[in-house]
Amino acid sequence: MSNQITGAEALVRSLIAEGVDTIFGYPGGAIIPVYDVLYYHSKELRHILVRHEQGATHAAEGYSRVSGRPGVVLVTSGPAATNVITGLSDAQMDSTPMVVITGQVASASLGSDAFQETDVIGITQPLTKWSYQIRSAADIQWAVSRAFYIATTGRPGPVVLDFAKNAQLEMVEWTEYNKCKYIRSYIPYPEVQDEEIDEAAEMINKAQRPLILAGHGIEIAQAEPELLELAEKADIPVACTLLGKSTIPTSHPLNVGMLGMHGNVAANMATTRADVVIAIGMRFDDRVTGDTRAFVLQARVIHIDIDKAEFDKVIATNATIHGDAKMVLQKLLPKIVATKHPEWIQSFEADARLELEKVINKDLYPTSGPMNMGEVAHRVSKATGDKAVLVTDVGQNQMFSSRYFSFTMPRSIITSGGLGTMGFGLPAAIGAKFGAPHRTVCFFTGDGGLQMTVEELGVILEHQLDVKIILLNNNFLGMVRQWQELFQHSRYSQTPMTNPDFKLLARAYGIPAEDVETREQLDGAIERMVTHKGAYLLNVNIDPMCMVYPMVPAGAKVDNILLSRDEKYVGGVVMSV
Amino acid sequence: MEDKRLYTVAVFTENRVGILNQISIIFTRRKLNIETLSVSPSSIEGVHKFTITAVSDLTTIDNLVKQIEKRIDVLRAFYYTDDEIVYQEIALFKVPTAKLLVEPNLEAIIRKYNARILEITPKYTVLEKSGHSEETQALFEELKRFDIRQFVRSGRVAVTKCDREYVTEFLEKRNQRKEELEEEWKHL
Repeated sequence: MSNQITGAEALVRSLIAEGVDTIFGYPGGAIIPVYDVLYYHSKELRHILVRHEQGATHAAEGYSRVSGRPGVVLVTSGPAATNVITGLSDAQMDSTPMVVITGQVASASLGSDAFQETDVIGITQPLTKWSYQIRSAADIQWAVSRAFYIATTGRPGPVVLDFAKNAQLEMVEWTEYNKCKYIRSYIPYPEVQDEEIDEAAEMINKAQRPLILAGHGIEIAQAEPELLELAEKADIPVACTLLGKSTIPTSHPLNVGMLGMHGNVAANMATTRADVVIAIGMRFDDRVTGDTRAFVLQARVIHIDIDKAEFDKVIATNATIHGDAKMVLQKLLPKIVATKHPEWIQSFEADARLELEKVINKDLYPTSGPMNMGEVAHRVSKATGDKAVLVTDVGQNQMFSSRYFSFTMPRSIITSGGLGTMGFGLPAAIGAKFGAPHRTVCFFTGDGGLQMTVEELGVILEHQLDVKIILLNNNFLGMVRQWQELFQHSRYSQTPMTNPDFKLLARAYGIPAEDVETREQLDGAIERMVTHKGAYLLNVNIDPMCMVYPMVPAGAKVDNILLSRDEKYVGGVVMSV
Repeated sequence: MEDKRLYTVAVFTENRVGILNQISIIFTRRKLNIETLSVSPSSIEGVHKFTITAVSDLTTIDNLVKQIEKRIDVLRAFYYTDDEIVYQEIALFKVPTAKLLVEPNLEAIIRKYNARILEITPKYTVLEKSGHSEETQALFEELKRFDIRQFVRSGRVAVTKCDREYVTEFLEKRNQRKEELEEEWKHL
């Protein structure tokens, strides 16, 4: 019996066969046939209409990062395709699996500057894991199955399918859908080599001052239990990257905190003192390393990563283990000798105490003056029992909320790390709520970043989504203002913001909102937000001069840490600025 | 600063549209100029070979080749220094015949450079010379006085001197893996 269907129908059936149940998208001329098919499949395939295509990509990222499943985006050609570029680049930098389907003009019109035609393959190749143009309906199953296989396996990333309109309309025979499991030129999970394991195990077993640098790769590989087992078995302190923050509970005694520019003093100082560094699923971003020539100078470096192009890219290694973090750690663990490093562990206390005294207590327990971002983040975290998913925008709000949120569960921090995309937060929070409807989603943003994608409040309205929005409003582009104060003699070039009444704006979208003007109002407002069933916005009046400390200035050595406007900590010595 | 030298990059890929762009943007992003480029089917059916030369330091070329190999449709990518490969280029010279005819030592030039004459018409003559670029360049210098009308030099082609055939081994392993997987799927 003939089973002829249109290409558009074949695409939708293929998505369903891949287990997709949620799509973030926006219709348009060159993708109308697919939207017509979706009309009949709304029970199996939920489509979330965003308000701008960039929002679709960040929502898909949020969905993916919280759930581990690929995010799927459907948009039209031309301007829609160019609008997804930021999200593609963000997903590529932060290894987020995403399949983006763009409409395209009919094959016969390709290259003719047809209406809403753009060279999608050409512009997406540099920032995707794979991109492919479907010009014939016969290609659909092959291309879709390959797209999902590539996006979700190995080091995950974004994939683009550029779907020519003629292929959407063409008839094709529907056959049983086969998921892709093999591509000759692509080895997603390399076999872990025994020699590499043995070499690394020997280095770890001999180490006096070992240190684990835990990255996003652990979360992707779901290797959190193995990470904990390694740390506890060999008594190794763990320093996390921003994206790796929820791979180990914040309160775990071996967690020495976050690395990098606004990381914890103890974590950064540990990198200067360790004799063996075990970097797992992280890529030595410059925001982590500071001056690369001085980073982990005393240490022998073991780099565990699924992407061998990361080895020796930034930091020279002494040993590498190529493979998936979970597979590697499972093989490594039996070779690790249980031991204790009491003096080494003890040595972090002074730095942790210093940060507590000089920075944290001032941030969290101020007694007078305007509110700062840290105390807000801390109180929201506590009010949610440290179980919420933290979604951030980019800038001071991101650094403060990630520093002062406590994590007790995996997959609890969703933030734009590599690309640092302002405007990421709101759509990502929406995607996260769709991906984990039973978890509390707390979205921290600034007055700048919120306005970059504020139109997505419409999605919250339409779906009555329960996203808690904490707007840390200092009427400034705060992080740039901080740099201007520190490095440009307070020339605040284009950083003060004239803002709308955010409370009214939220209410226009049916979202209850309140202005939090003073510290005394804060706890009550947080309580009302957390107990309210549904979205809620707190517009928190933040000190415009608020600064994120500690801070390792860009390009400086990581033991060169600003502690406040008055003090810095250089090479282990506190001095005045 | 590390020393820079000429590296030959060999990339083996599936035969698909758009791979050249994927490879070239990796060079562009690192501001590496491609000196020569040659693309052709390899000795293995369905496998294409790109031979690219570029002046680089070791760290940059090492990172770059890993980024190339990371592209989905790339099978393997390698880089070599000149002592690790046998390589060749070909050059064509188009010279006015009238100018050549007045040269008393044409035979000596042809012999000295081991060049070949491909075509002679009353108007022009086409000479061919293969060799390393210094060799084709030397002939170019020699022929300058005959008023060269057209000159073209191909990209470098190269084969390795080592005993192992890494691409063949890679494909054998991959095919074996495919067979194993097919066996597993049968039992599902």
